[in-house]
Amino acid sequence: MNAPMLPRKLRIATTSLSGCFGCHMSFLDIDERLIELAGLVEFDRSPITDIKHCSQRCDVALIEGGVCNAENVHVLRELRANAKTLVALGACAVNGGLPAQRNHLDVGRCLSQVYRTPDGTAAAIPNDPELPLLLDKVYPINEIVRVDYFLPGCPPSGDTIWKFLTDLLTGRTPRIEHPLLKFD
Amino acid sequence: MSVSPELSSLVVPILQRHARRPDRLVQILREVQEILGCITDETAGHLAECLGMSYAQVLSTRDFYAFFYRENRGRYRILFSDNITDRMLGNRALFEHMQKRLRVEPGKVSADGLVSIDFTSCTGMCDQGPAILVNNRTITRLTPQRVDAICDLIQRGVPLAQWPEEFFIVEDNIRRADLLLGTPCEPGKAIRAAVARGRDGMLGEMKLSNLRGRGGAGFTTAVKWEACRNAPGEPRYIVCNADEGEPGTFKDRVLLQSYAGRVFEGMVIAAYTVGASHGFLYLRGEYLYLLQPLETYLAGMRAAGLLGRNIAGVAGFDFDIEIHLGAGAYVCGEETALIESLEGKAGKPRVRPPFPVVAGYMGKPTVVNNVETLCKVTEVAMHGGAWYEAIGTKQSTGTKILSVSGDCERPGLYEYAFGVRIAQVLEDCGASEAIAVQVSGASGVCLSEREFGRRIAFEDVPTAGSFMIFGRQRDMFEVARNFAHFFAHESCGFCTPCRVGTTLLKNIMDKIAAGRGTQYEMNELLRLQQVLKPGSHCGLGQTAGNAVADTVQKFRPAYERRLAETDFVPAFDLDAALARARALSGREDTDAHLGEEA
Repeated sequence: MNAPMLPRKLRIATTSLSGCFGCHMSFLDIDERLIELAGLVEFDRSPITDIKHCSQRCDVALIEGGVCNAENVHVLRELRANAKTLVALGACAVNGGLPAQRNHLDVGRCLSQVYRTPDGTAAAIPNDPELPLLLDKVYPINEIVRVDYFLPGCPPSGDTIWKFLTDLLTGRTPRIEHPLLKFD
Repeated sequence: MSVSPELSSLVVPILQRHARRPDRLVQILREVQEILGCITDETAGHLAECLGMSYAQVLSTRDFYAFFYRENRGRYRILFSDNITDRMLGNRALFEHMQKRLRVEPGKVSADGLVSIDFTSCTGMCDQGPAILVNNRTITRLTPQRVDAICDLIQRGVPLAQWPEEFFIVEDNIRRADLLLGTPCEPGKAIRAAVARGRDGMLGEMKLSNLRGRGGAGFTTAVKWEACRNAPGEPRYIVCNADEGEPGTFKDRVLLQSYAGRVFEGMVIAAYTVGASHGFLYLRGEYLYLLQPLETYLAGMRAAGLLGRNIAGVAGFDFDIEIHLGAGAYVCGEETALIESLEGKAGKPRVRPPFPVVAGYMGKPTVVNNVETLCKVTEVAMHGGAWYEAIGTKQSTGTKILSVSGDCERPGLYEYAFGVRIAQVLEDCGASEAIAVQVSGASGVCLSEREFGRRIAFEDVPTAGSFMIFGRQRDMFEVARNFAHFFAHESCGFCTPCRVGTTLLKNIMDKIAAGRGTQYEMNELLRLQQVLKPGSHCGLGQTAGNAVADTVQKFRPAYERRLAETDFVPAFDLDAALARARALSGREDTDAHLGEEA
C-alpha cells in the first residue's frame, strides 16, 4: 500500500504567439537542469519538438506572446482545450507587451502605411488567405482564454521559470517573489 | 507666458483676496473658473506665474478635481447625480430626455456652446432625488416636467439666478429627531459651558463621554484632541470635514443647513481645548449652495463675540474659521487627502504616520473631525461626559444620525441612540419589502434580510451614516456594479492596487453584465478583493471591493443568472476585431473569420 507511486511524466506544450521567442530562449537558460526536467516531463506540441498540433491531453501549456492575429487565436484555443493548466509566460502574454505598442494606432492605418505601391500613392494590402488577419489590437492572452497562472518578465529569467515549473511539478502553489519576480 | 490684459485684470482681484498664496490654489481655481467657465492651459500658465509656482503643479491640481475644466463646458454645465438611489428614481430616463431636448451628446458641449450634460458621483440628495447640479448649484426632485422647464430656461438663455426658486429648495426631511436634531440650542451656550469647565476640564469630560468620530472610522475624539494638544508646534488647526462624499450620506448637509451653530461651536470648543488659533470648514463642492448662508452665520458669530479675538470673554482665546470648498473628489473625505486639498494640491492621501494630530495642515498639529462629531461635542460641553456616556451602547456612546434613502416610504434623517436594530429603522421609515440594506455607503457593508436583526454600533455594524434600502424589485448585481463604477471613477491613482484594481473590478462587472462572464470572473472578483483590501494605500481602495464581495456572497444568483455556460468568453467580439483588416484586404474566406467557440 505504501509503495512509492511511479510518477507519471507530465506533458508540457509550449508556443510563442505574438512574441519574440525570448521567453523560450530564457526557458533554455535553465541549462543543465534541462536534463533533470527531461526526467520529469515530456514535451508535446512545442517549437522544441516541432510537433504541429497537440497530440494528446497535456498537463501544462506555456504560452509566450500576446494575441495579434486570427492564427494566434486558433493556436491559443487549441492549447487551452488540451491543457489542464495554462500559463501566461512573459510580458507579452501577460500584458500584450511590446507588440501592443500598436494598440493606440488604427490597424487600418498601420496596414496602409506599411503596404504601399513603390510610388507611395496607393495601398497594396496583401489578401492571401495563407496570411493570418490582424486583430484590431494586440490582446493579452487572458482576454481570449482562461489563464491559470501569470509569470511576468521580459523575459522571466531561467531561474524564475525553473522555480515556477518545479513548484508546479511538486504540487506547490507557484509563488514567485523578489528577486525572481520582475516585470522588466 | 503672455496673456491678454483682460484675463489678467479678471484674475487680479481673486489673487489679491488670497494674498497670492500657492496653498490657496484650489480656492483660486474655483473662483477663477466661476468667472471664466473653465481653466485653460493659458489661464493655468498665467496663474502659475502669478503664484510663483510651476505650471505642472497648477495642472496637477486642476486635472485632479472633477469640477475643474480645462475646456469650456458651456454656459450651463449640468451634472446628473448618478448614485444608485438616483438611478432607482429614474435619473437615466430623465438624462436621455434632457439630452434629446437639448440635442447634446453625453459629456459633450452643444454645438452652440450653450450647454453640456454629464453624470457625477452622488451629490448627497438621495432623499429628494433625482438631483442635478447646474453650474454646481443643486436642483432636487427632478421630474419630466421640471426637465422640460429647465430646457426652456436654458434655450432662452435665462441666467441661473433668475430660475424659479422652488427648483433649488433642499429639504431637511428630519423624520426622527433625538438628542441632537430634537434639542434647540441657544447660540453660545455650548462655548460658554466649555469655557466654564476650563481646558483640562473640557478634555476630561470628552474622555468621560467616550465620544467616537462619526465619519466612519470611529476613532475616540478625546484621544485625538489630547494628541494634538500635546504635539509640539504652533499654530494648531481645527478642520471640520464636511466633504460628505460617501454615496447615500446627507446628514452633514442637514446639520450645516439647519444646525450650523452646533458645528461651528464644536469647532470653537475643540480649538479652546487643544489651543488652536485657526479653523477650516472643508465643504464639498456639491454643497456650494450652503457657502453663503454659512459665511453669514460665521459673520453673526463674530459679531456676537463667539469667533475672533478673546472669544466668550476669555483673554487670549483667539480663533477664527474659514470655509474652503472642494471640487468634486470623493477621496478628499480621507483626512490627509483633505489636508492636501486645503494646501491647494491634488487630494492624494499622505503616508501615515505622521498623523495629522502631529503633522497636519502645513505640517502643524491638526485635528480633523466630522461635522456630526463636532455637533456631539457641544452636547458633551453642556451636559458633561458622564451624562453622555450613559446613552447608547458601551463602546458606542450617544446618538447617531442615519441618512435613509432608497426603497422606503419616508426617506430622510433618522437619529437613534446607538444599538438600534436594522429592522427597527426599516420599520420606522416604512420599508416593508426590503431585501437588502447597504450600510455606510458604497464602502460599507451590504446586509441581507437574515441580518436585519443586527445593530448599528461600532461593536456590530459601524456606519458613517449612509443607509440605502433595496426592495424586492431591485437587482443587487446592478447595485454592486454602480459602486464598482463609482470607485474606478474616484480612485486618485496614487497607488497601483487601487488604480488598476478598481478598473479591473469595473471591467469584470461590465463583462458579467454583458453576459460574457463565467465562473472564472466570479473567482477573479474575489481574487481582486484580496489584492485591493490589504494592498491599497488608503480606505478608498481597501473598501472598494466590499460591495462586490458582499453581494457575491449574499446575492450570488443575481450574478449567476448572467454567466455564460462555458469555460471562458472574451469580453469583446473577436470576429469584429478582425473586421478592419478583413475589409482592407478584401477577404471573406473562412480563415478571415473567428467563431465564438474554440
